Amino acid sequence: MSTTLDSPVAPMRPMAPRVKMAPREPAREPVANEEPAIEVRNFSFWYGRTQALRDVSFTAPRRAVTALIGPSGCGKSTLLRSINRMNDLIPDTRVSGELVVEGTSVYGSVIDLVAHRQRVGMVFQRPNPFPKSIFDNVAYGPMLNALCTRRDLPDLVEECLRRAALWDEVSDRLDSPATGLSGGQQQRLCIARALGNRPTVLLMDEPCSALDPIATQKVEELIFELKRDYTIVIVTHNMQQAARVSDYTGFFDRGGVLVELGGTNQIFTNPKQERTEAYITGRFG
Amino acid sequence: MAATVPPTGLSQQAAPLKRLTGAARGDQLFRLVLTICAIVIPVLLLALVLMLVRGAAPAIARFGLGFAATKTWDPVAGQFGAFPMIVGTLLTSLLALLIAVPLSLGVAVYLTEFAPGFLRRPVAMVIELLAAIPSVVYGLWGVFVLIPLLQRAVFPFLRSLLGFLPFFQGAIYGPSVLAASIILAIMIMPFIMSVSREVLLAVPNSQREAAMALGATRWEAVRTAIIPYARSGIVGAVILGLGRALGETMAVTMLIGNRHDSSMSLFAPGYTMAAAIANEFNEAATPMHYAALTYVALLLFVITVLVNAAARLLIWRVSRGGVSGAKAE
Ligand SMILES: Nc1ncnc2c1ncn2[C@@H]1O[C@H](COP(=O)(O)OP(=O)(O)OP(=O)(O)O)[C@@H](O)[C@H]1O
Ligand SMILES: [Mg+2]
Repeated sequence: MSTTLDSPVAPMRPMAPRVKMAPREPAREPVANEEPAIEVRNFSFWYGRTQALRDVSFTAPRRAVTALIGPSGCGKSTLLRSINRMNDLIPDTRVSGELVVEGTSVYGSVIDLVAHRQRVGMVFQRPNPFPKSIFDNVAYGPMLNALCTRRDLPDLVEECLRRAALWDEVSDRLDSPATGLSGGQQQRLCIARALGNRPTVLLMDEPCSALDPIATQKVEELIFELKRDYTIVIVTHNMQQAARVSDYTGFFDRGGVLVELGGTNQIFTNPKQERTEAYITGRFG
Repeated sequence: MAATVPPTGLSQQAAPLKRLTGAARGDQLFRLVLTICAIVIPVLLLALVLMLVRGAAPAIARFGLGFAATKTWDPVAGQFGAFPMIVGTLLTSLLALLIAVPLSLGVAVYLTEFAPGFLRRPVAMVIELLAAIPSVVYGLWGVFVLIPLLQRAVFPFLRSLLGFLPFFQGAIYGPSVLAASIILAIMIMPFIMSVSREVLLAVPNSQREAAMALGATRWEAVRTAIIPYARSGIVGAVILGLGRALGETMAVTMLIGNRHDSSMSLFAPGYTMAAAIANEFNEAATPMHYAALTYVALLLFVITVLVNAAARLLIWRVSRGGVSGAKAE
């Protein structure tokens, strides 16, 4: 991918719909008095001796898409995985600082991890459906967390698959194995599976990196739809994608430093930091 | 090394060419050897079956299939029936699985999912070591340690607790079906453990993360995502254990009491097919006794093949419906 954006990316929004869809809301500007969904204050993260995040502070407003961009190894995934404490699986990790999601301190002593992870859905870089049926994949979260009765399950599964724009493709084979789907379909199934838990926050780590352009476009449209109800944080290496789908963009630099965070328009047209400008224009060394 | 100047011109082109033809001849030879090996194995198997059938022919002619359902085994009177041994073989193996599978799976899950890092390798190595101990050593240990313990403490306790069941009634002997089953369980546990441990290790981390990101606890992730992902491999591990249990001879002979009898009680002595063959073959007095024992061997072979076929069918059924771990990424 060419990272050189030769023309300023000003006329990015409102997007011209590529596919007929419900009219989209215009991008929302930050609302000062609304409490952000995610608030990170002076957050640092260590894998053993290596520090992956340095004093990161940022906020992700409600019902908006925040994109995290930056070179490989700068800690984007680490930050994302810290938000739902997926890093707990890795031994010998350490954090400092504060990370608050919907008013709950994630690394505080009173957090209910299961409930937290149910509220914070995650979509991984590589689609990772369970080797179960399509239906059972979407039903996994709701059944596990007893979010609905067995009788209401089919409706919930249908709703999630519809929201993930997968229903039309799989409605006649809900019982067939999810591993038989194409990569793009699997990724949308993983999104549907995350939605099954009725989360409020959706974390996506390079959700399109294993997908072809058409599947990517579908997922992007989906993100645009989903942000009406969900707070979304997405990590992407694709700058056009960040520009297309996000309302806010944060740029990380090597060493796990958050260099700049702002409205996506501002970051891409008028970055305050030189490093940011160098990165988004491809003059990055 | 800088000193070796690469050959130039013709020789440079000739060298790979030469090597290629040489490699092709080597390939052909290699293929021939492998083909012979591959043919030898079914031929050996066929020869084995033929030998068994020929050796057993007099007994087959005399007793027919009823042999498998007849209870008397009287070499002096020339009356032979393998029913108690068949029951003993299947029963001890089944009991051994019943004891060994939950324990082994528990240990395997503990070692892959829960144990602290410094414990995992040493314990896994000890388990592999256990699998290498010769069965006669297990037998000796069973005779000198296990049986006295069972006789003094475990069996009386079981009888007082479960005595209302016909399986736990009657006189307590030391050597018994239950003692043999327990030693079998101990012997097959290392196999089931180490194979299912490897199968569980092969479950990709992305599956664990998927489950936990949806709010599963570690235990729920194991139960609802990791074990289902690995289940065809786990079934394979169990079958490996079953195969070992069906054929195990030495330790069972030392512990089962060797009596042609099929009592309901697990405290009573019994016999297995393998144990009977090992015990009586040297002392077979009459040709018919000899033929009957060979018939038993043939039946053991058939049962093993049937059990394996059934197990394969089970794996196939389990791994259909897209549950094959290997297929999922
Ligand atoms: N499990 C781990 N153990 C030790 N160090 C790790 C681990 N995972 C990541 N790191 C280190 O932490 C730093 C940040 O990694 P992270 O995966 O967050 O980067 P990233 O920005 O997501 O990169 P990419 O764009 O390539 O996905 C890297 O230097 C990486 O080497
Ligand atoms: Mg990453």
